[in-house]
Amino acid sequence: MAAPEKRFLYLRNARRISQAVFLLLFVYLLLQTNIDALDRVDSLPRISAPVDLFLELDPLVAISTALSTHTLYRNLILAVIVVVGTLFLGRFFCGWVCPMGTINHVLASLKSARMKGRRRMEQNSWKPYQRWKYGILAAMLGAALFGSTQVGLLDPIALLTRSLGLVVFPGYNTLTHDIHAWSLHSNLGYFDFLLTPISWLTHAVLIRAKTVVFDQTFLILLIFGGILVANRFITRFWCRGLCPLGALLGVMAKTSILGLEKRSSLCTDCNLCALHCQGGDNPKPGDTWHQTECHLCMNCVASCREAGIAFRFFPETQETTQAVNLTRRAVLGSAGAGLLAIPVLRAATNPDRPGDPSLVRPPGSLHEREFLSRCIRCGECMNVCPNNALHPTLLQAGSEGIWSPMLMPRIGYCEPTCVLCSQVCPTGAIDEITEQEKAWVPQAGQEHTAGPPIRIGTAFYDTGRCLPYAMGKECIVCEEWCPTTPKSIYFEETEVQTRDGEYLYLKRPRVDPELCVGCGACTYACPIKGSPAIYVTAVGETRNPRNRILLKEKDRMTS
Amino acid sequence: MDEQRIDRRTFLQRGGKAAGFAAVAVAGGFLIREKERHPFLVSEDKPLVRDLGIPGVDKKLVSVRGEDPTRMVAAALDAFGGIGTFVAAGDFVVVKPNVGWDRRPEQAANTNPDVVAEVVRQCVAAGASRVLVTDVTCNDASRCFNRSGVAAAARDAGAEVQLAEEARFREINIGGAMLGRQLVYDAYLDADKFINIPIAKHHSLTQATLGMKNLYGILGGNRSRLHQDIHNSLADLANFLRPTLVIMDAYRILLRNGPQGGSLADVEDRKTLLACTDPVAMDAYAGEIFFGLTREDMKWVELAESRGLGTADYATLQFEERSV
Repeated sequence: MAAPEKRFLYLRNARRISQAVFLLLFVYLLLQTNIDALDRVDSLPRISAPVDLFLELDPLVAISTALSTHTLYRNLILAVIVVVGTLFLGRFFCGWVCPMGTINHVLASLKSARMKGRRRMEQNSWKPYQRWKYGILAAMLGAALFGSTQVGLLDPIALLTRSLGLVVFPGYNTLTHDIHAWSLHSNLGYFDFLLTPISWLTHAVLIRAKTVVFDQTFLILLIFGGILVANRFITRFWCRGLCPLGALLGVMAKTSILGLEKRSSLCTDCNLCALHCQGGDNPKPGDTWHQTECHLCMNCVASCREAGIAFRFFPETQETTQAVNLTRRAVLGSAGAGLLAIPVLRAATNPDRPGDPSLVRPPGSLHEREFLSRCIRCGECMNVCPNNALHPTLLQAGSEGIWSPMLMPRIGYCEPTCVLCSQVCPTGAIDEITEQEKAWVPQAGQEHTAGPPIRIGTAFYDTGRCLPYAMGKECIVCEEWCPTTPKSIYFEETEVQTRDGEYLYLKRPRVDPELCVGCGACTYACPIKGSPAIYVTAVGETRNPRNRILLKEKDRMTS
Repeated sequence: MDEQRIDRRTFLQRGGKAAGFAAVAVAGGFLIREKERHPFLVSEDKPLVRDLGIPGVDKKLVSVRGEDPTRMVAAALDAFGGIGTFVAAGDFVVVKPNVGWDRRPEQAANTNPDVVAEVVRQCVAAGASRVLVTDVTCNDASRCFNRSGVAAAARDAGAEVQLAEEARFREINIGGAMLGRQLVYDAYLDADKFINIPIAKHHSLTQATLGMKNLYGILGGNRSRLHQDIHNSLADLANFLRPTLVIMDAYRILLRNGPQGGSLADVEDRKTLLACTDPVAMDAYAGEIFFGLTREDMKWVELAESRGLGTADYATLQFEERSV
């Protein structure tokens, strides 16, 4: 009986294949966000894979940045694909595409033996906590109205990109590096013949030739770990209760023409559909189906043995609700809280006023106010940086700017001829620039740089620590590393009296602030352990004409 | 009461199990117990010297001028009787260009890729079992090797190109006046032959980066400390690793803003290539003719000579000039 409905059985397998494909694609693209992934690094290296694809498909990123900037940055237009799809079909993205959803789905299905039967069925039915996500969404969009993009903190794509790119993959890479090093240096006696294949294998599965570290990632790991562990207690708790993208798609799903049709006459009350429900949307005939919560995972129709339920276009909708069960007061209250939070935070750290002097942004970054209206903290810039120079902030950019990128030159400096971070930024917080525009060193065939450079800061000496000043030793490694032409670091030869009364001639380095671009190569190379004898602050950064010391600088903002 | 008594079998099994684990724990604890002081406090490993020179080769300084770096390398090797003088069939040869910086060939911060390629080709032709081109770069290794053109040129010529891997450094006592234990890239410890192919360029501290300065690129770790006594450090490196041959690329030389350069205004065409088996004579000669440095200016050369690594008086060598 009911042969036509049986066709939908295949939909569950199609969904599984779709999830696997998109998860693999997501991981593949994340691994491509890496200069080591390129076969050749030509004179102008470019990442050719569409590494931001998932972020660009994400309607929450698009809508939030559109609210805060009043424009839609380039490829964010791709989000209309998901918007249109959702308006007609419902939350297909959550069940079929979202890599975060897939990970939660898999982990939730590994649940312990005690989560069975009635208890599991009960847990998979609609619960009031599922309304929380709408509040989170409203608060984030409220903040966006005030010009502050906070959506990236909890947007699942940004969150997953950040968590995998800055914590999980680097951890894996460190592990393979360690095994590789062990295989090269071990002595296993009779078993030495095993070491060569192990070293080949570990070398082949390295993500990066270098081990990378990212500062301040414990919080990112804690949140990601919490989301994963929550599945042990409640199926897809993140997706149901907290995900602001799920909430946005839920609101859009209200107009969906695809819906669940229930035939109470065929239902035997076996509860299998309710047992396997991913969204917590009550698919069972007799219960009210929550259209906004359904991920279209197709578990219910696949588990139904009686054809008591089926997905149909323009279904009979007597047992369906499109409501999100949230009062207008709650929605407005959340949005208002998000809206008001931003000025309150800005009373502490204001993007118009230079805050932490060590906050050096990547080259091409917009003015701090615009930067915070666009940055979604996905960490793509940090991921792609060949020198491991960019790191997530904790509070250096204020609590409003947590996990936004900053240069940490002690770990890595900004490569003079590299513009990859500006190329991968999905929202234009780092405006896409060329090597020619960055203008730190002359391009092929040129004797001089094309124009004034895009500066990110200026270097300063701590002469109480610098060797030729403080310890009567030769050094000037900083001058050797300075990449500009002519060098921004010069030196004066000075006669110095030693402790024993002898006289030495030493070269003492100085910075020419007219030439320094703030790359931090000097800080990186400085042999002074502990705090470096030369450090970079954001002073002189091109993006902020007020953050200046010199009356006149040769600069694109003033010339 | 009977139920509480255990039978003999159970008694032996459970008692034996506990006793067995206890014995392993006690023995294991005593076995790995540290009786000596921690090794880093009492390190006394013997200094290592890697002398890959070939005894009996003519003491000769060869200077080749020409338009084509490839033919210049061939001519220089020909003056020594061909590559066969240096490389035997089955050798593992490490060829070390200077690929320190993310610069293009015309900026003269890295060894000319055509020079690297021809040296590799000759080694392969001589029957070397493995020709490795590697360097511990300053800037990102991938950018340095690719933008300098060295990676492609060396690979096409038949070399294995290795971007320095962190895992391959080994801590070695190189027994110098300044440098003791250093992280040395493992290729230099395993190689049969070592051909050093630096480029001649300016440097603010030593005034010139020549052959011995190129040995910086065998070290990992915190090598920026070496500047504090650069002359002794260079002599220490030269003492540790003695090359089979030095081929100096001076097709283009960098006169200012070294060792990175950047502006073409700092580059001068000299269209010259030098080859010598004596690393001290090589630096003494190149420093003088390219940068006008005297022996007093080049303290590292004097120090290296005083340690018996060669002669700074290059005029005592047989001098051969060629042009192609």
